Amino acid sequence: MKKTYKIEVDCANCANKMEEAAKKTNGVKEATVNFMTLKMIVEFEEGQEPKAVMQEVLKNCKKVEDDCEIYL
Amino acid sequence: MNRKQKKVLARILISAALMVILSLLPVTGYIRFGFFMIPYLIIGYDILKKAGKGILNRQVFDENFLMAVATIGAIVLGEYTEGVAVMLFYQIGELFQSYAVGKSRRNISDLMDIRPDYANIEEENEIRQVDPDEVEIGSMIVVRPGEKVPIDGVVIEGNSTLNTSALTGESLPRKAGEGSEVISGCINMTGTLKIRTTKEFGESTVSKILDLVENSSSKKSRSENFISRFARYYTPAVCYGALALAILPPVIAMIGFGVDPNWQQWIYRALTFLVISCPCALVISIPLSFFAGIGGAGKEGILVKGSNYLETLSQAKYVVFDKTGTMTQGVFEVSGIHHSQIKEELLLEYAALAECDSSHPISKSLREAYGKEIDRSRVSDIEEISGNGVKARVDGRQIAAGNGKLMRRLGIDYQECSHVGTVVHIAVDGNYAGHILISDQLKPHSREAIMRLKKEGIKKAVMLTGDSRAAAEQTAGELGVQEVYSELLPADKVAKVEELIAQKEEKEKLVFVGDGINDAPVLSRADIGIAMGALGSDAAIEAADVVLMDDDPLKIGKAIAISKKCLRIVYENIYFAIGIKILCLILGAAGIANMWLAIFADVGVMVIAVLNAIRALFVKKL
Repeated sequence: MKKTYKIEVDCANCANKMEEAAKKTNGVKEATVNFMTLKMIVEFEEGQEPKAVMQEVLKNCKKVEDDCEIYL
Repeated sequence: MNRKQKKVLARILISAALMVILSLLPVTGYIRFGFFMIPYLIIGYDILKKAGKGILNRQVFDENFLMAVATIGAIVLGEYTEGVAVMLFYQIGELFQSYAVGKSRRNISDLMDIRPDYANIEEENEIRQVDPDEVEIGSMIVVRPGEKVPIDGVVIEGNSTLNTSALTGESLPRKAGEGSEVISGCINMTGTLKIRTTKEFGESTVSKILDLVENSSSKKSRSENFISRFARYYTPAVCYGALALAILPPVIAMIGFGVDPNWQQWIYRALTFLVISCPCALVISIPLSFFAGIGGAGKEGILVKGSNYLETLSQAKYVVFDKTGTMTQGVFEVSGIHHSQIKEELLLEYAALAECDSSHPISKSLREAYGKEIDRSRVSDIEEISGNGVKARVDGRQIAAGNGKLMRRLGIDYQECSHVGTVVHIAVDGNYAGHILISDQLKPHSREAIMRLKKEGIKKAVMLTGDSRAAAEQTAGELGVQEVYSELLPADKVAKVEELIAQKEEKEKLVFVGDGINDAPVLSRADIGIAMGALGSDAAIEAADVVLMDDDPLKIGKAIAISKKCLRIVYENIYFAIGIKILCLILGAAGIANMWLAIFADVGVMVIAVLNAIRALFVKKL
C-alpha cells in the first residue's frame, strides 16, 4: 500500500535525511521524499498498519532533523 | 516572503550592520570578543542549536555542524569578523535558497491552477453553488463566462468558446455548442453553457491531471540519487580531511623536521575546508532543476510523471510511433476528387446530396466536405444498396454513388483509383462522372514533427500500424519515415518494440508515441511511453510516462528538447559546483584561498546553481 503525506522541512539535504530515516523504519518498504513538492510517499510492507508505522517514521525523522513535520 | 524568511532577513540586516560598525571600533581583547558575540549570536543561534541537537542525535556531519565548527574556530583564532561573516553569508545563502524554492513552488502551482472551486448546479430553476465533489453523474450544471468547467460533460444549451490553455498550452480557443463534449479545467469565455455531467468530479479530466501532477516526481532520477549519495560521503570525507589538515602538517613539521608547527595557520586552513565543504549547492539545485523542467513542460501541455522520465527522455535516440491518431487525425476526410467529367464541386454536391440520408461515416465526410446545408427537396427516390452505395434522383438527374461493385452492377465503366483510401465512384444519368477519394489525413504538423525529431538527434523514426501495407507506406512516404511495419495487432506492436529495444544500445532510449487508446501495453513496454491527445482518455494518462495534453505531434520533439535542456542544466550544475569546490579545497589546503573565497565557494556557488536551475522553467521558445 502506498500513501502520500504532506511534509514541512526547510532544506534539501534535510529532506534526503528524512527519506533515509523513513526507509530504515520497520514496516516501510520504500519511501521517497520530494523536497520540491514537500511530499513523502511511503510504501508500506504487507500487513502493516500505516498509522502506527507513520508514528515511528515521524519519530525517526525528528531524530535526524529536528525541524521537520509530517502531516499525518 | 513568509514570516520565517522575514525574521531571518531582519537578523541578517541587524548583524551585518553591527559587524561593520564593530570592525571599525578600536577596541581589543575581551571587550572586542564580547561585542562580536552579539551579532554572532543574533545571526547564528539557531545554527548552533541545531548543531548541538545533531550531535545529541548522533547526526554529526551536517551543514549546521560544519558552520558551527568553522565559525567557532575562527573566533577562537581571533578572526572575529570572519567568524561572523561566514555565519552571515551562510544565512543569506539559506534565505536566498528558501526564497527561490518557495517562488518556484508557487510558480509551478500557479501553472496548474486548474482546480475548480465550485460547481453551479441547477435544480428546479434554481442555481446553487456546491462543491464539485457533490455533483452526481447526469446533473445539470451551469458555467458562466469566466468560470472553469468543473466536471466533464456534454453541452445541452448555449454556445461559447473555451480556453484550454491551462490544460494544453494551446492558446487558440475551442468552440463549444449544443451536443459538444467539454472537459473540465477549461475556462468558459464568451457565453453561458448548460452542461449535463457525464462523470463524477473524481473521474473528471481535471482530477486526473491534478492527481498526475501532484504525484509526479515521486520517482527520482539517477542524477538526484547520485547527488544524495555523493552528499552522504562527501561531507564526512571533507570533515576528516579538515581534521587531517589541522593535525598532520603541524605534527609532521614538529616531529619530522623540528620546525615551528604553526598550528594557527593550519587550523585556519582546515576551517576554510569546512566552509567549502557544505554540499548545499548540489543538494538543492539538482532537484530544483528537475522540478523547474517538469513545471516548464507542464506549462506547454506536456506532463512528465517524474524526473527519472525526464532524464530518460533526454537520452532518446529512437522514436517509434503509431500511425492512426498519432500522426494522422484518425478521422476520414475527402482528400481528392479524380477523373471528374463535370465540375469537381458539382460532383461533390451530387455525392453529398445522394448520400444525405445515410449515417455511414463515409457519407458524413462527404457532407462535411460539401460544407453547405443539404436541401432535401432536391433529392428524391433514394435507394440504398447495402454494401454498394446509393442511387438517388438529384435535381432530376439519376445519380449513383458507391464503390466499384455498384458501378459493375449498374454496368458502368469506371476508373480504379491509384491512391489509398476509400473511393466513392459517381455516375450521372448512367455515365461515369469520376470518383472521390476519402482517407485519413495527416495532422497539419506531422511532417514537421518528424523533421523536428531528426533535429533533436533522433537516429531513427519507426512507424507501427495496424493498417494495411499500402496505406502505411503512403503515410510513411508523406512523412519521410523510412521504417514502417504494417498490419500489426496490438500484441505484434509489443513484440516489434521489444525487438527494437534488443537491437539498440543500452544508453540509447526508445520512445513510443501512441494515442493511448489501445496502445497501453506498448506504452509501458518502451523506455518512455508518450501518450497523445490525452484529454478525455484516462487509459492513456495512466499507462504513459509522458502525457501530451493536446494531439499536436510537434510536442514530441518539444518534450525531448525540454528534457535535454533540463539535463544540460543539471550537468552544468553538477560539474560547476563540484569543480569549484574541489578547486577551492585545493587552494584552501595550499593556503591560497582564505575564508572569503571559501564563503564564495559555498554561498556563491549555491546562488549561481539555483539561478541556473530556474532557467529550466523557461521552455516556451524551445
